[in-house]
Order: sequence, then C-alpha cells, then structure tokens
Amino acid sequence: MRDIAASFTLALGLATGGDPQFWGIVELSLAVSIASAFAACALGMPLGALVAVKEFPGRRAVVVVMNSLFGLPSVVVGLVVYLLLSRAGPLGAWGILFTPPAIVIAQSILVLPVVAALARQFVEDAWRGYREQLTSLGVSATRAVPTLLWDLRYSLLTVVLAGLGRATSEVGAVMIVGGNIDGVTRVMTTAIALETSKGNLPLALGLGVVLLTVVLVLNAGAYAVREWSMKRHG
Amino acid sequence: MASPRAGLGLEARAIRVRFGELAALDGVDLVLDGAQPVAILGPNGAGKSVLLRTLHGLIAPDEGEIRWAGSTERPRDQAMVFQRAVMLRRSALANIEYALAVNGIEGTERRDRAHEALARARLSHLASRPARALSGGEQQRVALARAWALRPRVVFLDEPTASLDPGAAAEVERLMAEMRAAGTAIVFTTHHLGLARRASSDIVFLDHGRVVERTPADSFFTAPRSKQAAEYLQGELP
Repeated sequence: MRDIAASFTLALGLATGGDPQFWGIVELSLAVSIASAFAACALGMPLGALVAVKEFPGRRAVVVVMNSLFGLPSVVVGLVVYLLLSRAGPLGAWGILFTPPAIVIAQSILVLPVVAALARQFVEDAWRGYREQLTSLGVSATRAVPTLLWDLRYSLLTVVLAGLGRATSEVGAVMIVGGNIDGVTRVMTTAIALETSKGNLPLALGLGVVLLTVVLVLNAGAYAVREWSMKRHG
Repeated sequence: MASPRAGLGLEARAIRVRFGELAALDGVDLVLDGAQPVAILGPNGAGKSVLLRTLHGLIAPDEGEIRWAGSTERPRDQAMVFQRAVMLRRSALANIEYALAVNGIEGTERRDRAHEALARARLSHLASRPARALSGGEQQRVALARAWALRPRVVFLDEPTASLDPGAAAEVERLMAEMRAAGTAIVFTTHHLGLARRASSDIVFLDHGRVVERTPADSFFTAPRSKQAAEYLQGELP
C-alpha cells in the first residue's frame, strides 16, 4: 500500500518536475510508438481494406492468418528482427541494432497484424452497405479502398489507438532489439522492467502511472474527436 | 417533353438468377426502349429489385443475357437510385462531385454539374451540409441529383419513395418527372400504386420471378390481364 501511495507521489513529482532523464524516456517511448503505429497503419489499413473488398482464391485463409497474427509472440518477433539486424544478418549493414529505428521496426511488425485485422473487419462491415452504390457509380473494389478508408476515418481512430496501445505496451521485442541502453533505447516499458528487477518499485510504478496517463489522454482525445465527428457528419 | 436519347435498346433474354435453391428470376424476357417510363410491380419477393439490379448490371444472371443496343457490354451512362440512399461521409455537394470524379468529370465542369444537379433537386441551400445529417427525404433527393448529374441515358430506381413522408415522396416524384422530361429513361419498382399510376406509362408485373404481364398503365389499373395482377391490385397478394 505504501509503495502504491509512494508511486503516485513519485509519478506526480516526475510529471511536474523537469527531470531530463525521465522526460527523455517518455519522449523516446512516444516517438517510437507513434512512428511504429504510423508505419503499421500506412501499410496495414490499405492491406486490411483490400482483403475486405477484394474477392480472390484463398481469401478466407488470408483472413484466418491475419487474425492469428494478432497474437504474434513479441519475443519471437524481437528475435527475428535481432537476427536480421545483427552484424552477421542480412540487414546487418544498416547498423541499426540497439537503436530506436530497430525498435520501430520490431514494433511495426507487431502492430501491423493488429491494424490490418481490425481495419479489415471495419471495412468489411461498411462495404456491405456501400458496395452496391459504389459499384453502381462505376467504382472498382480496389478504387473503393481509399474511399472507404476516408469515409471510415473516425471509426478507424479506434484502430490507430489499438495499434498505438500495442506499441506503447511492448517490452520483449523492444528489450531484445533495443537493448534498454540508458539514454539511447530505454523506453518506459523497459525502464519499468529494469526498475522492478532492481527493486525500485516506487519508480517502476511511477513510470507505470505516467504510461497509463499517456494512454488515457490519447484515448480520451480520440473518443472526443470521434464523438464530435459523428455528431457533425452522421 | 424531350424524347429520351435515342433507343435504349435494353433487352433481357431468358434471364435466370438463383440464390441457392431460390429462383429469384425465372426466365425473364423484357425489352425496354426507354421511350416511356416503366414501373415494375409485383408482390413481395416477386423479384422486382433483383430484376432492376440485373438490368443495371449489379447482379450477373446465372442464365440468359442482357443486351444494350445489341452489345453485352454494360454501358456506363446509366445510374441507379436505391431504396435507402447511401451517402458518403462528406457534404451533399461532395457526394455528387465524387460520383462525377469517378466517372472522369474533372475541374470546373464537375463543380458546375454538381451545383446544377443540386439546384434541380432544390437543395442548393444544403450543398455544404454533411449528407448523412440530412433527412431521409433530402438524402434521397441528393441521391437522385447524384444520378442526374451523371447525365445517364437511363435511371433505375428501386422503391424511390419507400419510407418517405408524403411531402418528401412528392419531391422525389417531381424530380423523376423532371428527369424524364429532360430525356432520361426511367425504370422503377414500387409498392405505391399511386406513384406507378402517375409516373409510368408501362407496367411490368412480376410474380415468382416471372413477367406475368406487361400492360400500358392506363389499362393495367382498370383491367389487368392476369389473375395475379388482379389479385395484387385487390390486395390479396402479399
């Protein structure tokens, strides 16, 4: 109980104080998570939408695989990305292992199936209502993809948030490809893991409270935007 | 009244459409020259909407063929208005502009045609309003304006006044008449016999996926040739 109370006090102190090390961790966490979510959305949303609207042989199998990848084990992804980026690996020449770009790559791979699967579901549901009208206007299924993504933009905010949530909460893969290097690749989740292992529970909990607050604020903002837009655009 | 652009030449030959075991259309033969507005009537489940979608090209027949002036290629200069208007999440004007854009109409012509269509639908004052925030009747008029903006040779309308209040239905009917007057061929389904009587010259009566009779509207309502149509008009068919 004392730890929990202390953690909230510490979290408040950290959030209001100007500790550059703490804010550096928060900033890096947000930067890599937003970059990962952005990359995954840029690729995953059109991919999911395309699977939703196109008829092709093996489509059901693709949907099953997409949904299964939802539960992709993060340490396995971390390990594969590590092997690819390690000096002896095929992408070793890039020299980005244990840097933030490596974290972005690993997180993007983890977020991609989440975004693609959820986008597919949203678009498929909408496509049932739009299909006849768009086809009647002469819009092909492929051409309907950007139209549907734009029309569902407010609903798809939920997908973006799910992707962002997946990225910000990631530990295993980030630890493997980032190395949790202080001031370079230490993010909130890996810092929490480290402080917990050191027995510094108030700091770990404090970081956790800050992490939760960030996620809460993002969700509240997205919810407000969605509500406003639904009222305005129907 | 302007005459429709020459010869629609729409022929449906021995059309069969099945959904599993159900034969939605069972050997439909129909020729539409577009000279007169045509109402497709029939009880629930007769196949009216399926026939309209098949003629428009949204449903591919399992058997038979649709020919347009002798060709099996579906022409682009046709449009369809659905029972429930599907509006994109953008303004009324942008909905019409979108339809024009995907049909290759660009620049100022696109904007001018969209404004003109809205004006014909008497909806210019709602141009910038989100289309989905409009009433059902207004949305249906935007859908008609969208169809009209494409300047199609023929417009297929599926139950265009269903679920609309009398005022909104009258506006839709007025628009249909104006489209017709401007030379667009009109083919529609309806359960509103008043609309069919006023807005069509020819009645195609369907039952169980077959064309039971095709009769000029004047005589259909007073002396239908088939027993099914007579029962339908008396309210005995569902």
